[in-house]
Amino acid sequence: METVIKQSGKTQVFKDKANKIMGISLEDAKLTKSYLSVAFLAILLGGILGLLQGLNRAGMLELPAWLNYYQVLTAHGLLLVVVLSAFFTIGYFYAGLSHTLGGLLPKVRKMAWVGFWMKIFGFVLAVIPILMNEASVMYTFYPPMAASPIFYIGLVFIVLGVWMCAFGAFINVASWRKRNPGQHIPILSFFATGVFVLLFFGSIPVAIEVFTIIPWAFGWVETINVMVARTLFWAFGHTLVNIWYLTAVSAWYVIVPKVIGGRRWNDLLTRIVVIALVIMNITGGFHHQIIDPGISEPVKYMHVFMSLAIGFPSLMTAYAMFAVFERTARRKGGKGIVGWYKKLPWGDVRFLAPFIAMAAFIPAGAGGIAQTTNQLNQVVHNTMWVVGHFHLTLGMSVVMTFFGLSYWLIPYVSKRVLTPQINKLGVIQTIIWTLGMIIMSGAMHWVGLLGSPRRTSYSTYFDNATALSWDPYLFFLAIGGTLLMIGVLMQVYAVFYLMFFAPKGNTEFPIAEVEEDEAPTPRWTERWGLWVVCMIVLVGMAYVIPLVDFIVNAPPGSPPFKTW
Amino acid sequence: MMHRSEKVWLILSFGMIIGFMLIAGYQAFAFEMGPPSYGERIDPQKVDETAPFDKPGIKKIGENEYEVVMTLQVFSFTPSEIEVPAGSTVHFTLTSKDVVHGFQVAETNLNAMVVPGYVQKITQKFDKPGEYLVLCNEYCGAGHQMMSTTITVK
Repeated sequence: METVIKQSGKTQVFKDKANKIMGISLEDAKLTKSYLSVAFLAILLGGILGLLQGLNRAGMLELPAWLNYYQVLTAHGLLLVVVLSAFFTIGYFYAGLSHTLGGLLPKVRKMAWVGFWMKIFGFVLAVIPILMNEASVMYTFYPPMAASPIFYIGLVFIVLGVWMCAFGAFINVASWRKRNPGQHIPILSFFATGVFVLLFFGSIPVAIEVFTIIPWAFGWVETINVMVARTLFWAFGHTLVNIWYLTAVSAWYVIVPKVIGGRRWNDLLTRIVVIALVIMNITGGFHHQIIDPGISEPVKYMHVFMSLAIGFPSLMTAYAMFAVFERTARRKGGKGIVGWYKKLPWGDVRFLAPFIAMAAFIPAGAGGIAQTTNQLNQVVHNTMWVVGHFHLTLGMSVVMTFFGLSYWLIPYVSKRVLTPQINKLGVIQTIIWTLGMIIMSGAMHWVGLLGSPRRTSYSTYFDNATALSWDPYLFFLAIGGTLLMIGVLMQVYAVFYLMFFAPKGNTEFPIAEVEEDEAPTPRWTERWGLWVVCMIVLVGMAYVIPLVDFIVNAPPGSPPFKTW
Repeated sequence: MMHRSEKVWLILSFGMIIGFMLIAGYQAFAFEMGPPSYGERIDPQKVDETAPFDKPGIKKIGENEYEVVMTLQVFSFTPSEIEVPAGSTVHFTLTSKDVVHGFQVAETNLNAMVVPGYVQKITQKFDKPGEYLVLCNEYCGAGHQMMSTTITVK
């Protein structure tokens, strides 16, 4: 056993040296830089649109007819939920694949570029009808609301572009496995494999949905099965959010321990968390339909169980993260029950931002558990509470982790270094973002409990007393939104400064090593075929009953409506 | 491999999730507190001709018990401005004539998706007198923010 560790230690040392001397290849770097640039431009645009909504909901801003609230909201969702997340995730993991698998294969790099332009093309196609007010249907586009067919064709290209990247990743990992028989996929690439498996399988349902919508939107087919479309959408929709969460989790397990000068958590447990999240994720989407008609209570109850089960690997992660922090801090001389926290590098944005991101997942995860539970879901469904929830999970846990990653990932691919000034800017940005999100999402949670609905432009409902009593809470959306806008500007400045203007130099790709005395990870963790089969079996258990019921016992379908 | 404290943590985590499950299940099936799940189908293009939606309105069906048959359409509820005495139990029977709508009554647990092609049912006892705001909580178009009415409990 010792020799095994020594050997893998040596290869690691050799790889690190090679990496230090040569760094990432220019071609792989260019790919990631392009993906990250799009991601941060998306957050700039999406942020501005978000601020407009916050000001509107606070009753401070009336949006003009040529750019109404629902257009802004559709674009905000598409930019941040689809563009930002997909482009960051792919850019980050492709850099990780390049770094840990000895460079991208030329074929794979080409696939990632084809995927890049397909996604951009698809996005432009989707945005044109939104701007023309022909697709104010939100990024969930529930039929029988029907947007311009161009909108859906754009979505098809986005999905195809994502698939190109997923297959590229599979090819690169498979080739590495062939060249390194008997070895474990390096941990970051293991996470990447999980993420791309989910991206591929999770987007199959929405692809089917969109292919049934397109002929209907063109008018070639008269009616559509509304519940089938809705169910297929959420099989994808919730998987998507968990994909970015898994991306953030990869950084928590692999990157952050190295940034604080420690070692990473037990390799076997880390891989079990990835496998569990891959197997259980897709079925979680059903809790978005807990108060839908046409689904029997036993089926809904089974789905509550399937959704709640996803909480378990997250609770494993919560323990692992704090254990790593404590262990690292104690090795550096930290003392006391909690006094060790002083030994953590609080002034380093590469730690501070992901740390706050993790801490935010404590209330965010608890809120998620509440929301997925039958009766509690009924209390908050489609209220502002839900908006508060996903601004905690995505706006804090995921996006702040992405921010934290950008302070070394961008210098790494640009062959530049993080300067103390930009680090300081990052720390201030982190504080502003944290305050903004706490204020905004706190108010959203509270006013949601009182009944204020989501996805609704400012309304007093004809001066209704109950609706008017929500106004003071909604005012905090404007305050939080303004702070977040400042945060967006600082972040985007930092990103492009680090990409083009920071001093040249070598930046390390921080990957933590396992503890020296750790037992080798068993081989069964590498059985990806088996995990995919388990996932498909679970998806079958979850979806065959309701989908067959919706298809076999379908009511007459719905014609398309344009209600905006 | 696992530290004792981690085992304790994971047992607690597992117990918490199972506890949630058991309580949610017990409430749903023993106390009928489950979410609205009515499953009857209807032709969404013939709502006006289909009973009971051909005569939407409020009907007294027992001592302190009412049935409200309601259609939802852009951007209104029919009937609107409902009135019931305090202490009434109201059974709502809902369907949509066009797109997906939400039926939510602020300050109560009334919250249900109303999907074209499906009949949805939900019940609430109104104890406290007052004016309750009924609103659509699923985006349904340009006038979505105006789609509301009231239930007055006297």
